[in-house]
Amino acid sequence: MSDNSVAEEILELADDELLIGWRDSEWTGIAPFLEEDVAFSSIAQGEIGHARALYELAARELGTDADALAFDREPGEYRSSPLVELQLVPDWARTIARHWLYETADAIRVAALKESSSPEVAGLAAKIEREEAYHRMHADMWAERLRESSERERFEAAVAELWPYSLGILPDSQRDEFRAKVCETLGRSTPAADPIERGGHTDDFLPLWEEMTSVRRSVAGASW
Amino acid sequence: MNETEFQAYVQDGGHVETGDPMPEAYRKALIKFIEMHGNSELMGVLPEREWILRAPTLQRKLALTSKVQDEVGHAQLIYRVVEDLGKPRDACLDDLVAGKTKFHNVFHYPTKTWGDVGVIAWLVDAAAIISQKALLKCSYAPYARIMKKICWEESFHILHGRDVVLTMMTGTEEQRELVQEALDRWWGPLMQFHGNPIQADDDPMYLWRIKSQANEDARQQFLDGYVPQVWELGLTVPDPKLRKREEDGVWEYTEPDWDELKHVVTGHGPATERRLGFRRMSREETAWVRRAVLAEAA
Amino acid sequence: MIWEVFRQEREGQPFQHGGSLEAPNLEFAEAYAREFYGRRNESVALWIVPRDAVREVGEPYVADVFDRDYRRVDGYSIKVKLKEAREIAAKSAGALSAEGSGPDARAGAE
Repeated sequence: MSDNSVAEEILELADDELLIGWRDSEWTGIAPFLEEDVAFSSIAQGEIGHARALYELAARELGTDADALAFDREPGEYRSSPLVELQLVPDWARTIARHWLYETADAIRVAALKESSSPEVAGLAAKIEREEAYHRMHADMWAERLRESSERERFEAAVAELWPYSLGILPDSQRDEFRAKVCETLGRSTPAADPIERGGHTDDFLPLWEEMTSVRRSVAGASW
Repeated sequence: MNETEFQAYVQDGGHVETGDPMPEAYRKALIKFIEMHGNSELMGVLPEREWILRAPTLQRKLALTSKVQDEVGHAQLIYRVVEDLGKPRDACLDDLVAGKTKFHNVFHYPTKTWGDVGVIAWLVDAAAIISQKALLKCSYAPYARIMKKICWEESFHILHGRDVVLTMMTGTEEQRELVQEALDRWWGPLMQFHGNPIQADDDPMYLWRIKSQANEDARQQFLDGYVPQVWELGLTVPDPKLRKREEDGVWEYTEPDWDELKHVVTGHGPATERRLGFRRMSREETAWVRRAVLAEAA
Repeated sequence: MIWEVFRQEREGQPFQHGGSLEAPNLEFAEAYAREFYGRRNESVALWIVPRDAVREVGEPYVADVFDRDYRRVDGYSIKVKLKEAREIAAKSAGALSAEGSGPDARAGAE
């Protein structure tokens, strides 16, 4: 095991949670209706909260702090998957499609992290899994509602578009389980697609990074 | 009960519930007042949500998201009250984005820096809370009841605002300048916030006991509570006339420009059109969701 | 659909009306009730009811044509009777203690 084994194990998840939380919080104040605005904001906060806990764990090992990991790295150093970087506001169909695909994939990877040889990682994964149950319920509820509505096609087109991205969330070893779950819910087999892998960043990432770090970079080293 | 008897009833502390008989003038005044409050909560979200995305620490990002979430929640509670009085939420939102109804002056101004984030949460929210506490005594009981929940949730916002400001004031010189510069820009709108000093006896809102605090009283309460807090941090207020009279404890200040206030709240603020346009766009883009999810049978 | 939310602030307390919300079905209504009335742990229990299921019971609540003071506390005036009963008891206690029984006699014996 390398020296930074814990950090290696969780930074991808941390970066994904940070960015999907950031993207989800873009809906604050402009969600389709007010009740949903409040609910979706809690989901965004949950994701940022998970990112924070994961960064804190990684930071102990790396000799830094959570905010430095979240905000002070260069764009190339982030390990986020392309799915969470995509700018989807004001498209609610694609937002729910991503939300549903991400939560389904995330459940699989978090369950695997519960088996980590590091007790801290396993413990944190268990905590995250408990909160994610609510996120999954919310995503399933919306996916079902949209699939049963007159706007079914809009939602299914969004799922088809984001499917290759969502495969990139998981390592190869976990993708079959993900395919099976999605297939079960949609009631048909998933489209054959080349996964859009982690490693490169989408065009949407750099503007996100710039906005996310703008205040932070305005007064270097300051406390906020 | 005729109108005079009804007025005596509410002034004597009488409560009105949703289905109760009420003068049409009272119902209309309520709708207008409460709708403006709902509009303000919703429009207030827009300046703040930009800074959620730019928050420089994870804690600030969470705190600001939570604060804005509360405000959206307040809008929901408020529009429900308006809907039960007879004006559907969709009609309120349509009128808002069409520029037909009003919202508070402070939400017509742009934000420029993280300094604004602190000043808004600390001082703008403080000014709003003073008005909101007075509304706890509103004669229309459903509105008074939601004000209780709203005031409780707002207490977290003020603490967050103060924390943001104090962190900057104990930080670098650059950060202190950010706060002072923001305060310089927000002071004018803050002084106008509670409205021109109309006499309570001439204010129909007061006679119906919808409002129970005169505008000038609210402003004095704000100055009394918050100017000392501003000064003790070494910040200056951009009004050379501002002082508290020793004889009677009344705050003197440069008379705000009431024409400017009127001009702004009738839709001519520096950020009005951009913000309404943004709301209009997001409302149009998500109309299909409301049709598919709310309108269709479950 | 409009749903009414009732919340219990602390265990053992009565449920009180918290507010109302719009949701397409029960599942959504539950999710939103949690958010609005529970995200700060401010409620220990929540009930939701479709607004249509809530009926306002109209007045009058009591048809006071005949006197029904037997149902109310103010329908009983016991002061005078109690005074009289105490006087009677005091007199017999005086007579009894001369014969050596009753509470006073017992107390004296101890």
